[in-house]
Amino acid sequence: MGAKSDHDYQETGEIRLSDLAGHLPPKERLSRGAVVVVECLEQIPCNPCATVCPSKAIRVEPSIKDLPVVDYDRCTGCGLCVAVCPGLAIFIVDVSSPNQATIKLPYEMLPQPKIGGQVALLDRQGKRCGVGEVLAFSRQRETGVVTLAIDKKLAMQVRNIEVGQ
Amino acid sequence: MKESRSKKDFTSPLTADQRIVSHPILFFKRGTKVSFSFNGVPIHAYEGESIAAALEANGIKELSRSVERGRPRGFFCAIGKCASCLMTVDGMPNVRACLTPVSEGMTVLSQSLGRLPHPSTRGEPESLVLRKKADVVVLGAGPAGLSAGIAIANAGMQVLVIDESPQIGGQLPKQTHKFFGSVDQYAGVRGVDIARELEEQANSSGVEFSIRSSVLSLTRRQNGRFVVDFNRDDRLTVVETPAVIVATGASERMIPFPNNDLPGVYGAGAVQTLVNIYGVRPGSRVLMVGAGNVGLIVSYQLLQADISVAAVVEFMPRIGGYQVHASKLRRCGVPIYTSHSILMAVGSDRVEGAVIAPLGEEGATLEAKARELDVDTICLAVGLSPCAEVLRAAEVPCRMIPELGGFVPLHAPFMATLVDGLYVAGDAAGIGEASTAMVEGKIAAMSAILRARSGRDVAAERARRAALEGLHALRSGPAAQVIVHGKKRVFQAFRLAR
Repeated sequence: MGAKSDHDYQETGEIRLSDLAGHLPPKERLSRGAVVVVECLEQIPCNPCATVCPSKAIRVEPSIKDLPVVDYDRCTGCGLCVAVCPGLAIFIVDVSSPNQATIKLPYEMLPQPKIGGQVALLDRQGKRCGVGEVLAFSRQRETGVVTLAIDKKLAMQVRNIEVGQ
Repeated sequence: MKESRSKKDFTSPLTADQRIVSHPILFFKRGTKVSFSFNGVPIHAYEGESIAAALEANGIKELSRSVERGRPRGFFCAIGKCASCLMTVDGMPNVRACLTPVSEGMTVLSQSLGRLPHPSTRGEPESLVLRKKADVVVLGAGPAGLSAGIAIANAGMQVLVIDESPQIGGQLPKQTHKFFGSVDQYAGVRGVDIARELEEQANSSGVEFSIRSSVLSLTRRQNGRFVVDFNRDDRLTVVETPAVIVATGASERMIPFPNNDLPGVYGAGAVQTLVNIYGVRPGSRVLMVGAGNVGLIVSYQLLQADISVAAVVEFMPRIGGYQVHASKLRRCGVPIYTSHSILMAVGSDRVEGAVIAPLGEEGATLEAKARELDVDTICLAVGLSPCAEVLRAAEVPCRMIPELGGFVPLHAPFMATLVDGLYVAGDAAGIGEASTAMVEGKIAAMSAILRARSGRDVAAERARRAALEGLHALRSGPAAQVIVHGKKRVFQAFRLAR
């Protein structure tokens, strides 16, 4: 739609932070604690994120094909939407602590991460960008949700993990 | 490295077991161990596996040979639509090994395609023709057919659902990803779980099933009723019915490139069947051709089965599937090359590599920039075509609608075809998605119910309207506009022909 840049996620499949402009929580909200980051950029008739949200922070309105819109002040960072999103496009980021960030991301692979263990952190291109500690792991309808402690600088980069055998 | 991949490694039944033991989403319940013979070699299998899946699990890639050149042919579609796996089973020629479950002591012989073996020595049919009646017959137990069957049974009518697969659910049980949509349309639920739920609903509402049954003909009597002939357990069954809903799904497309017939070139759906239904790995490193939703989803499912994906190539300049599917694949490090094409498959008896190349400005492949990928499997996700031959045979007018994947039986928004009493739903009515197929099945069912009750059923009328609204919502996104346009052409042609 807009001006053609050197990068187009429709050509590579990989989204960058610049693609997410206007889809991210404001800085002030980020500093207050855990909040949702929805990386869903294309209209899909789909709304489980809005249906599952207990605080009505995510809305897909008026049409089911509209992009999810987040009221970041309502979001409590509970993460129910992380497991339910069919596109695995929702993450929870908490950058309110001085050095460390906490993120929650969906994980549907094996082996299962061990709580307290270390995992390799992967960015949106699947490249390793650091190591994180597994704080929690839960499963809802076979979608695992991993909570990780990571370097704060990586909070907006890390979107996948690789678990060693 | 390639030297170690001698022919023996792949054709000998002594290669490592290709069965998947642990999977993040699925649990493979295997039946009791059985043994059968394939060309005289004993093969170990588990009850519930198809012959073809059991052979794949034992590393056997060559299932038949072509007639003219004797080229090896492997597993391609896995759902009974192609002819690659025709075999002689216990003396019966041309048995589809992908749909036939293994049993203890079975004798399986491979065939040369197209050449009929000696007449069967099986003797006379075991019994006479079986006759039945039903208020509605549904062909196909996939998402569309199941939804149709459930709606009809819930309306208190007698319904028979016929399917040629060994299991109920069509292609749903191999969909391990969560569906889009709203709660009413099973959003956030995996296809495999939807299949289970629909099967339960069907059983509790009184739907009668006849699985492993191939329909031989659908004919219309002078009195306007229909006769469906099908075989079940080698027995001819004839069912008479006032209405038939055809929900026979789709078949995978093939694209031309040298060596595209080598064992190891699979349809994406076939790989899904192997990996997600039977828990069998087709290979260890895959090239996916096609970055539509099927290509993207199946690539991700391969990773979940611990199979690596070397790349996804897409002929078009842009990814056809949803961004979220592409992004989750990229996060796993799988490259997606748009404006790229497969030039050829490498190998003599089976796939040992694939050559890909970028496309130039004019769309021609830039052979100078071609490179070989080290893969043992090539997976084609290059689109689907509706499978509605049974309706064409029943003289239902069809038309080529490229937006919907091929020849589509002309139908109305309420899913009636131009032959009174015949309905169509799901991919057979134009390629769409499983979620829209379920809604179309319901709409077709409501139309059949209203016809049987001469339009006097307020609840059915209301349910049909609500389903139609749901269908519009599911097709409201930009990606579905091609389908909406194709359907408009179908509806218009239907009106003109009427």
